[in-house]
Amino acid sequence: MPRTEIDLPCRVERLSILDEHGELDQSLEPDIPDDFLLKMHRAMLSGRRFDERLLNLQRQGRIGTFAPISGQEAAQLGAAVHLRRDDWMVPCFRESLAETWRGKDPASALLYFAGYDEGGRPEDDRNDLPIAVPVGSQTLHAVGLAWGMKYREKDSVAMTFFGDGATSEGDFHEAMNFAGVFTLPVIFVCQNNQWAISVPRSKQTRSKTLAQKAIAYGIPGIQVDGNDILAVYTAVGEAVDRARKGEGPTLIECETYRIMMHTTADDPKRYRSEDEVNEWKKKDPIVRYQTYLKNKGLLTDKDIEGIEEEIKAEIQTAVEHSEKMMKDSGDPLDMFLHTFQELTPALEEQKEELSRELSERRQEADHG
Amino acid sequence: MAKMNMVQAINLALHQEMEKDDRVILLGEDVGRDEGVFRVTEGLVGKFGENRVMDTPLAESGIVGMSIGMAIYGLRPICEIQFSGFTYENFHQLESHAARIRRRSQGKYQVPMVLRTPYGGGVRALEHHSESREAYWAHTPGLKMVIPSGPRIARSLLISAIRDPDPVIFYEPKAVYRAFREEVPEEEETFPIGKPRVVREGKDLTMVAYGAMMRPTLEAAEQLKESDGVECEVIDLLTISPLDDEPIAESVRKTGRAVIVHEAPRSFGPGAEIITRIMEKAFFYLEAPIARVTGFDIVIPLFARENDYLPDAQRITKAARNVLSVK
Repeated sequence: MPRTEIDLPCRVERLSILDEHGELDQSLEPDIPDDFLLKMHRAMLSGRRFDERLLNLQRQGRIGTFAPISGQEAAQLGAAVHLRRDDWMVPCFRESLAETWRGKDPASALLYFAGYDEGGRPEDDRNDLPIAVPVGSQTLHAVGLAWGMKYREKDSVAMTFFGDGATSEGDFHEAMNFAGVFTLPVIFVCQNNQWAISVPRSKQTRSKTLAQKAIAYGIPGIQVDGNDILAVYTAVGEAVDRARKGEGPTLIECETYRIMMHTTADDPKRYRSEDEVNEWKKKDPIVRYQTYLKNKGLLTDKDIEGIEEEIKAEIQTAVEHSEKMMKDSGDPLDMFLHTFQELTPALEEQKEELSRELSERRQEADHG
Repeated sequence: MAKMNMVQAINLALHQEMEKDDRVILLGEDVGRDEGVFRVTEGLVGKFGENRVMDTPLAESGIVGMSIGMAIYGLRPICEIQFSGFTYENFHQLESHAARIRRRSQGKYQVPMVLRTPYGGGVRALEHHSESREAYWAHTPGLKMVIPSGPRIARSLLISAIRDPDPVIFYEPKAVYRAFREEVPEEEETFPIGKPRVVREGKDLTMVAYGAMMRPTLEAAEQLKESDGVECEVIDLLTISPLDDEPIAESVRKTGRAVIVHEAPRSFGPGAEIITRIMEKAFFYLEAPIARVTGFDIVIPLFARENDYLPDAQRITKAARNVLSVK
């Protein structure tokens, strides 16, 4: 009974196509139509500017806490662009760009960040779940959705997003395991942005990569330069193709960086150095992509200026629209909607109770 | 009509509902090849195949989280958690998602799933196999909490639960599983979620119980009739939440006295809520303080002592006599 070795796929592939200097590996360049390349550029820029405007609004006290995406534009957009209308996107809470790409009205997102439940409603014509705050828990919903697709013999996929911290959660393990066991069309997109609030990636796991966790579940895993949209696009595209063919799930680790704070409620200076942030800023996904597009002769600085102006105007329109939506969403009694399909007798009573109280308060206020 | 125990009656509901609706999917640990550790899923994998009756990896959060995704997709998953003592592994999937997806999506999505799980003491089991924690789920806005007391009503309530548009936690009293048989008609029967029923009429005292506690409660009512000539009205709660208090209040307005029975721990248990509702809706009809006969505020002991923990007919009768003695 000797000691023997079991042969395992112990190597993890890493993919990088467009490096931080904008240098391209032409042999790996994906075949993407020019207009789509430009559309992705516009979306990335729009995501960054929307973030900046949200931060501005938050600092003015006009909206509440939100989770910025700056620095992670390539990681989420390069993945989300592969989704068809019949696919499902299962986000965590740092995918505002992917959500907007999928058709989420930015005004509705603003409504949500301003504290109105109505803003959480996914758009009617998209199969997307609302954001999920408890870390990693949403990955299992993608598994259930994907099981439904398989059961109904569809070639659609479920794509779920999560961060490096989520890979420490039990639900992540259970989701990967279930998806592997049942060979389900789930695309696990890990936006490894290096920090789970103040805890660095090195304290989440002793594993050298997050991608290698796939090996334990018997499914493909790949690490990509998450600030390289061409690499993310390529790796996720391959995973989606496999899933549509019934070949099961894939884990894609996108190595990226959260340039801003975890949410507007924390101060990153408490836990990470400015030097580290500055090093990552040199790897900015938008800058290198612009270099690539300029080198291809698809984009000029003047074009960028024009796009920036358009985006600014669009965001302003969304802000104004959201303020109108807030005025229309003022009825506090709407808090009783959607607990169950129908109001229960007890909820009817409680709603009536609040209604009476509110009208009494209004009367008191009117009569001084 | 055939005489069935509760296991057979629940099994009948599963067979009939799965035949009728291909959206209904069973999943859980050992529900397929083993046909359930209590044999509740007998004959199902053979009839419907592994796509409809899924043996899952051993992971309760995974089972519930996956069920949520399936339900959002438009299916009607019924997941079995082998013992309610293991549902804490999936607590957050119920609290954070099953109960909230309708609200979070502002009505775009719903989670019409049923979580079936055996609960309660009385079968000489291991630790984590005997507790009664319905208050957790009843306290969670967005969940419905149902507990049948016998074979026929279990079958009816389960069919209603499967068809309900909201997530239903369906506690099966394992002490009742094979305790007795009832006539269960082959034809489909349903019973509305959210409605208690009066199972014995009386004018002197209202007794409210549910699940495995119905039998000792009815036994106590019978004893009180025989030995004291007292007419007890007994209400089987069936749905713990959302609680329909009107039939209880109506009964107390008639009797002026009430005893609440549950095997769950006393403090912050369902009895506390029921008594408060009586205070709100029938206080001026009360002729005596309301009593509750419950489990104690401890972890249920291992089986050598569980019979001393669980409320029985004698304890209920005694509490009832105390309530009746107040003039």
